[in-house]
Amino acid sequence: MDPVIILQAGVASGTVLLFATIGELFAERSGVLNLGVEGMMLIGAMSAFSVAVATGNPWLGVLVAMLAAGLISQIHAFIVITLQGDQVVSGLSLTFLAAGISVVLGEGLSKAGTVSLIPTFTIPILSQIPIIGPIFFQSHSVMVYVGYLLIPLSWYYLNMTRPGMHLKAVGEHPAAADTLGINVYRMRYFYVFVGGLLAGLAGATISLAISPGWFSELTTAGQGWIAVGLVIFAQWDPLRAAVGAYAFGALRRLILDIQGPNILLGLANPFFYNPYLGFFLQMLPYAFTIIVLVLGSREAMRKRLGAPAALGLPYIRGERGL
Amino acid sequence: MLRIVKTFPGVLANDHVDFDLRMGEIHALLGENGAGKSTLMNVLAGLYRPESGTILINGKPVSLHSPNDAIKAGIGMVHQHFMLVPSLTVTENILLGLDKPVFRLRLNEYHRIMGELGERYGLRVDPRAKIWQLSVGEQQRVEILKMLYRGVQVLIMDEPTAVLAPTEIESLFETLRAMVAQGKSIIFISHKLQEVMAIANRVTVMRKGKVTASGIPTVETDREALACQMVGREVLFRLDKKPCDPGDVVLSVEEVHAENDKGLPALRGVSLHVRSGEIVGLAGVAGNGQRELADVITGLRPSANGQVLLNGETVSNKTPLFGIRRGLAHIPEDRTHVGSSPNLSVTDNVIMKKYRQAPISHGILLDMAAATEFAKELKEAYDIIVPDVETPVRLLSGGNLQRVILAREISGQPAFMVAMQPTRGLDVGAIEGVHRLLLAQRSAGAAILLVSEELEELLSLSDRVYVIYEGRIMGEIRDGSIETIGLMMTGTTLDEIKKQAETRQER
Amino acid sequence: MTELASAPPAGKRRLPYKVMIEPRLKEPPRWYPPLVSFGAILVALILGGVVISLAGGDPIRSYLHIARASFGNSGVISDTLVKATPLILVGLACAVAFRMRLWNIGAEGQFFMGALGASTVVLVPLLPAEASPWLFIPTMMAAGMLFGAFWGFIPGFLKARFNVNEIITTLMLNYIAVAFVNFFIFAVWSEGGFQMSPMFPRTAWLPRLTDYARQVPFFGGLTTHLGMLLGLIAAVVVWFILYRSRWGYEIRLIGDNPKAARYAGLNISRNIVLVMMFSGALAGLAGMSEITGVVHRLQGAISPGYGFTGIIIAWLAKLNPFAVVLVSVLFGALILAGREIQPSGVPKMIQGIILVCLIASDFFLRYQVRLVRQGVEV
Repeated sequence: MDPVIILQAGVASGTVLLFATIGELFAERSGVLNLGVEGMMLIGAMSAFSVAVATGNPWLGVLVAMLAAGLISQIHAFIVITLQGDQVVSGLSLTFLAAGISVVLGEGLSKAGTVSLIPTFTIPILSQIPIIGPIFFQSHSVMVYVGYLLIPLSWYYLNMTRPGMHLKAVGEHPAAADTLGINVYRMRYFYVFVGGLLAGLAGATISLAISPGWFSELTTAGQGWIAVGLVIFAQWDPLRAAVGAYAFGALRRLILDIQGPNILLGLANPFFYNPYLGFFLQMLPYAFTIIVLVLGSREAMRKRLGAPAALGLPYIRGERGL
Repeated sequence: MLRIVKTFPGVLANDHVDFDLRMGEIHALLGENGAGKSTLMNVLAGLYRPESGTILINGKPVSLHSPNDAIKAGIGMVHQHFMLVPSLTVTENILLGLDKPVFRLRLNEYHRIMGELGERYGLRVDPRAKIWQLSVGEQQRVEILKMLYRGVQVLIMDEPTAVLAPTEIESLFETLRAMVAQGKSIIFISHKLQEVMAIANRVTVMRKGKVTASGIPTVETDREALACQMVGREVLFRLDKKPCDPGDVVLSVEEVHAENDKGLPALRGVSLHVRSGEIVGLAGVAGNGQRELADVITGLRPSANGQVLLNGETVSNKTPLFGIRRGLAHIPEDRTHVGSSPNLSVTDNVIMKKYRQAPISHGILLDMAAATEFAKELKEAYDIIVPDVETPVRLLSGGNLQRVILAREISGQPAFMVAMQPTRGLDVGAIEGVHRLLLAQRSAGAAILLVSEELEELLSLSDRVYVIYEGRIMGEIRDGSIETIGLMMTGTTLDEIKKQAETRQER
Repeated sequence: MTELASAPPAGKRRLPYKVMIEPRLKEPPRWYPPLVSFGAILVALILGGVVISLAGGDPIRSYLHIARASFGNSGVISDTLVKATPLILVGLACAVAFRMRLWNIGAEGQFFMGALGASTVVLVPLLPAEASPWLFIPTMMAAGMLFGAFWGFIPGFLKARFNVNEIITTLMLNYIAVAFVNFFIFAVWSEGGFQMSPMFPRTAWLPRLTDYARQVPFFGGLTTHLGMLLGLIAAVVVWFILYRSRWGYEIRLIGDNPKAARYAGLNISRNIVLVMMFSGALAGLAGMSEITGVVHRLQGAISPGYGFTGIIIAWLAKLNPFAVVLVSVLFGALILAGREIQPSGVPKMIQGIILVCLIASDFFLRYQVRLVRQGVEV
């Protein structure tokens, strides 16, 4: 029950959530709700693992994972943007579809030979900093460091660049963007694709780094859904998304570790003496997601802010006569 | 603009319209709603393409396929409904859609540029503020700056004062005069006579898609003349109306204050009353508080002050069900999105207010046979043209849908009915039918509040007419001339008109 | 109107036809929607076949195997019906909620809670083991529905009061429910350390056809149980409620146009909660039916994702209660046969493909595609 170990593992496991959350964040910022994250992550995890097994190259696995998930995301994009289908149902069916495909194609994978994982390394000087060093910079997978880069990059892109500004406009007020010459449809396709890429990356991170292997649908354990909830908690901001993702990662590790010691906070540890209480611990991430959602919704109601205003609605160009 | 023709399905919005603008002038385009002024300007701004006609800029014909084309030609439009992204800053909104800055936003630099731009034209706004934090007047300034930044020479303003407070209006006028002094030209769309007289150099009046007065210098005309051009001198079509025999007061609106959806005051102390057996009309250009008044009466909107009484009982600030149960009928403005349920059948739609009682339901059970029977009766009685009553309502024509709604509301033998734009978008036959139904209800003793933009209709159906302007009642008249009503609709109270008439008589 | 094939610049070779896509102005003929759905399923089966081949299987053989394994003889037909039973109830649960545009993704969790509720009656025990089946079964039904309704109440309340997205809350509650039930299976009621509860007393079993083998020899070995009847009754009840009751009218009105519902004086918040509870109760009943009719004990693996399949069934049935029954039987066949199919994820994948094709096909119901000769004025 070492806090440093918990936080360190939290950062690692939280990276998966981070990728998925930021990916969905971009898609939702453009106004498209994509509930297929869980499915896309599964496809990512499966393809990454199988390509790594087949070729021995984990990086190729990551690449294929991202592209596969991105491709699947375009099905959803086509249905909701061009065919103006219902975004909720389409996203859900995408999850079934992707989950199903990944199970079918991933048959027998877990019995495959040893696979080369994504390398881990330690950053020399930074890891010496007391407390912070070991948590953030020691023996982490490359993916974790990629995550560190992603956070400021996404924030910067969203808030400090012209394309980021256009993205926000498309999700908030597509009509205004349209009248000023921005191609709403094309942008939405693109950002749904970005969401797919990152979901695939998240999946690859699971199967090739954090929890190596392919365990069929259990591989993702609902993290795709948690990511969707985290986007709301993050109020569509990458920094808050990072906080949420890492916090959840730490929570998952905490749940495992809390059952270890026989003394907890000076008292007899109930989780040690009655291992079955572990089931209640398992509930925690999901219960927390609900709490986080309630808080997020209330905050949105209070501040009259919240989701990109056009989220979930297809953009239909009004009478233009063009 | 020469001989512009623009049609929409079923409507001739612009009928061979000519319009010209001279450099450095403020030219007002005056008319009621539906007169075609916004349409004409949307053509000029590149949003619509006309069926025929030409646009000449500085003598050379141009072809405008998109708003961007228009902007490149130097024409920009500030719409009535702002196209601003609420969560972005002023500067970002101004920069939206442009190619520069290429990637990095360099906000500090651009905040400075926008600030200077604002100073130059007297349009002071904090460039760093987010749109949702700004007042409506400030938001309008951002829209203007957006156009100025893109270098437009001709600025079209669509009903700019509709959303402004009086002090902000003065400030806007100063801005417009300053812009004109710097060589810009402005087209000012409005229905408000006072303002047009105050700010414009010349004025063009449109009515029902045609120009009725073209490019008249404002110094050479007055409000009465313009009002005439706006509403037209037409023989009133008198319907077969029995003399009015009003009974007791059924609906009483007392000093009601309410806000619109944007949080601005929409009703500023409205008082009126309707007796049984009479039709009371509410005249006024759309957007002066009519919708909010109907909402307050029917319980769909809270009122901050004042109250509405139905047969002596307060119905304001209660649920819609409260009013419905007490015989309050409502024909809403929006037939498809509020008044009906598009995918449900005719039967399902007509029982919307009655389904809680026998014979349509007994306890928790719905008697579909009775409901269908009821629907069939209504179909006969109200002449609803459908293959059968199970047809989903979204397939009905506008006229038929309105008949369904009327059938539903009237069949409940309401004590009071508020009818909002009941004949909008209907053909002549359907309109006649609606009129007949309303008059029949009147004879049966119902109290009806009729809100309509069609003055003819209003005057011929109503026994008394109130005129509403900017959330206040300008006056109540029984048999008024079109001129008087036109003046009231554009901001003069009845008292003022009477005083002016007296002073004229004394001369 | 949108043109798919835009005219190439003048002077080049022009296609004689142009594809026009425009919104439908009239209702399509009655046979059109089922035809489109059928076409979508056909396309889905073809696509599924492609994926199976990619995975090294033989699609034709797989499909034939499914057909034979589910409808080949009376024994397997009975098994198909057994698999269909919980699907009917869960499908109805989803259909009811979707009617009001409430996305109840939590049918899986409500299913588990219903199973827990039914088990409580037997295992606490609330009724002595010798009590008559006439007492046991209705009590277990009530308990199952109660627990399920409660599990539906939570997201319903959160949505009505705080406008919290019900998709995520119902989803999260799924995981919580499974963990909760697992606790009881592993810890509280575990039999001899195994991951299952003790077997229920015979009086707490839903009667099966095979119980009457002495009276009707044909029934020997057929495991179809009372749950099937419950499902059919539930379908009738749901139909009745939706189309013949005041409440059903309100549900349909709110689902179609909430603004009009408000204008007509309906209380939307209250209905959100009630409908979620009703939906949860149906899913809970499914859980009860599964454990008292099939495995007769509380154990972990009682649902191969029934809750999620229910969503697809409801959508495929276009939210019509009787169509739900039909589609459930088909899906029951898929699940039954799918147990032996290689690769094993095939049924789920086919379900997903069918759903995607169906949603895409909705497009054809709202828009029409026409070929227009170039140069002809439209």
